[in-house]
Amino acid sequence: MSAPAPAPNGAADARDPSGFLSEIIGAPVTVKLNSGVVYKGELQSVDGYMNIALEQTKELVDGKLRRNYGDAFVRGNNVMYISADS
Amino acid sequence: MADAEEAGATASNEPMFLISLALNEIVFVRLRGDRELKGRLHAYDSHCNLVLGDVEETVYVVDDEEQGDEVKTVKKQSEMLFLRGDSVVLISPQQ
Repeated sequence: MSAPAPAPNGAADARDPSGFLSEIIGAPVTVKLNSGVVYKGELQSVDGYMNIALEQTKELVDGKLRRNYGDAFVRGNNVMYISADS
Repeated sequence: MADAEEAGATASNEPMFLISLALNEIVFVRLRGDRELKGRLHAYDSHCNLVLGDVEETVYVVDDEEQGDEVKTVKKQSEMLFLRGDSVVLISPQQ
């Protein structure tokens, strides 16, 4: 018997983490770094290193606003997670 | 876009494109270890190695002599510096 046909695109996206990232481009996101610092902003782009470009970004330390950025580039090695805000 | 091409042809849908737009502009850089830099971006690469001019470095230090954990800032000036990319956390072009 032949192997099952490859899953259609939609299902493949669901299994591929980067599919999730491309789905939430342009949406408001929360990015948490390993240091615990949190960035909230609109996701402009992500690359294979998980470098992230954000727009209208708030920098939160211990839940308190520390700084605002118009545009921000976050180096991927610092990223713990990227979450789409509901 | 000649400058961006030299630095490795960044497409506009990649995060590095943001940095290519900031060439020869003032950028704010947050570093590991409670440090910040502000200066003019002369060069960068894909590791986030940066060459900055007219730089002000700000270091946040906890002052042991003060009661409680009072945070002090120490500022240093530098005409030109090369920053190794691995200490970069965030880069933001200043308006």
